[in-house]
Amino acid sequence: MTISLIFVPIILVILLNIPRLSGKAAYYAALAFFAWQFLSVFFPFLGSQQIADLISKFFNLNVYADGISKIMIISAAITAFVSLITSKVFAKRDSRLFALSNLMLLAAAGINGLVFARDLFTMYVFIEVIAVASYILIAIDKKDGALEGGFKYLIISSVATVMMLFSAALFFLVAGSTGFAEISLAVKDFGANPLVSAATMLFITALLIKGGIIPFHAWLSGAYAEAPAGVSVFLGGIITKTTGIFTLIRFFYSVVGFSENIKTVLLIAGSLSIVIGALIAVTQKDFKRVLAYSSISQVGYIVLALGAGTALGIGAALFHVFNHAVFKSLLFVNSASVEKETGRLDIDSFGGLGYKMPITSGTAAIAFLSAAGIPPFSGFWSKLLIILALWSANCKGFAVLAVLASLFTMAYFLNLQKKVFFGELNAQLEDVREAPLALTLPAMFLCALTIGAGLLFPYVLRLLIFPAVGIV
Amino acid sequence: MDLMYVHILLLALLVIFSVLAAVNLRIIRAAILLATVSLVTTFILFALKTPLAAIFELSVCAGLITVIFISVISLTNPLTREERADEKTKMFKRAVLLPVIVLVCGGAFYMLTKGVDFIPVAAGAVSKPEQGGMWNMRQLDLVGQVIIILAGVFGVAALFKDNKDDGGEK
Repeated sequence: MTISLIFVPIILVILLNIPRLSGKAAYYAALAFFAWQFLSVFFPFLGSQQIADLISKFFNLNVYADGISKIMIISAAITAFVSLITSKVFAKRDSRLFALSNLMLLAAAGINGLVFARDLFTMYVFIEVIAVASYILIAIDKKDGALEGGFKYLIISSVATVMMLFSAALFFLVAGSTGFAEISLAVKDFGANPLVSAATMLFITALLIKGGIIPFHAWLSGAYAEAPAGVSVFLGGIITKTTGIFTLIRFFYSVVGFSENIKTVLLIAGSLSIVIGALIAVTQKDFKRVLAYSSISQVGYIVLALGAGTALGIGAALFHVFNHAVFKSLLFVNSASVEKETGRLDIDSFGGLGYKMPITSGTAAIAFLSAAGIPPFSGFWSKLLIILALWSANCKGFAVLAVLASLFTMAYFLNLQKKVFFGELNAQLEDVREAPLALTLPAMFLCALTIGAGLLFPYVLRLLIFPAVGIV
Repeated sequence: MDLMYVHILLLALLVIFSVLAAVNLRIIRAAILLATVSLVTTFILFALKTPLAAIFELSVCAGLITVIFISVISLTNPLTREERADEKTKMFKRAVLLPVIVLVCGGAFYMLTKGVDFIPVAAGAVSKPEQGGMWNMRQLDLVGQVIIILAGVFGVAALFKDNKDDGGEK
């Protein structure tokens, strides 16, 4: 499965360009690939295994798929699929659809390479693949705001890149290699060495920048809010979760482990992100900026769960990564629907849209409830696991904070829901209709996933989350 | 010991040329300074006994990329004398803290490594296979770099192609 999910998108991109096919052909090819990526996790005999066997005759790649990789592959496939469908609704020209489809395929190859990597330098290379594709995707419409958002992301991300490279060099100096196994051994032998500490802290800081954690969040709101609608789904749903949060999980789980100092850093960074992200979200007037700051707050929960430093904490973090990918993608699809039908995103200019857009309003309400941790939706179970993980790791104060911070989440989402969908219908919005099927169908699909993962959570935990972190 | 001084000198030159390239207002000079950075990097790579990487750095970064930079710059309009003077003032304000930051970072790194007395685990063992078997050992990294180049090509095509009916969203 591993090698084929990296190579097939590259081969597809080459086939789509030589000779150059139409945007529609690229769109359907990319959609088919994302669907196949999702299915190949559960059914490797559907071609992925055979292709991997064929490729491995020519290449000798150091890749490995474990339970954590599988969760990320599933999340990436769902988000990319929905994101591309959303993008098509807004793409006016065939060439734009062609570029979007190709770039998303390349970004998917980057995500897959990152989640299967077993080497710190390889991780860095694939993080750069995702970053380069993301800069272009954000700025693809060449609007001033989008270009500025993309440029900010590029500059701040470059700082993180330098830190990661420097960290990889220091680890190489200590371990003689950048492989996970070698670094892990060296950390055990030379853990107290200042170079190891410096390398670890540099790598963590770089990943916190990539993940948009407070105080490194300056690039995130601009990039999310100014990107084209479909790209926002991709960015908010999976990009920062992979480049920042997944890499953080992998770094601790497979490489350096959790020391007391690391746990403290994660607990403090997570708490700050939860509270400050939510407080800023309450004050925002733009639909997508509320969602951007909400992402900072929700990613804070994931980092907080990691701060527990236990298998349950990592499992909770992974479950919230998956849930966040689903409900945040859903909310960005909802914002795309509102933007498509009204041509704006200023939440003070709406009101009563729920009467005109019942599917968008209903699915948004379910996503909000899941994000706020209301049962029986999937977000409730992952937040419950986070709190349990913190409590059992004797981080009771942080567990209480996680519960109380859910009230902030409720506050900004209720405010958004009330201003956009509830209340009296704004007279200017009399002619607004429900969004087209190309937007409501993905919204209903993601909504069904949010409800389904919530109702069937014992199976999700037993079959996906717990085996990934070695809980039996 | 003498070689250590050469390394320090080369690294210092690398920093100096990089800063000069970043703060230079004449874009063509900045491109030439970047080529000089690549040239110094080539010497460093030779000194580190990695001739293959050094030749790549010299031919691709110092050679090919500089030619592309200069070709593109020749198609643009340079800043006027007044604009340059204005930019210079702004640049000075922006860069005034740069030496302080460099000194603080250098001091912090010196303090950090002062107490380090361990020898890298496999410093001798790793150099040979890394030199000889780049393709065998790091195939996945090279695949990643191919994807970066492909993404870059799409970026140039999507962002810099001048379409008459521009404006991607309805």
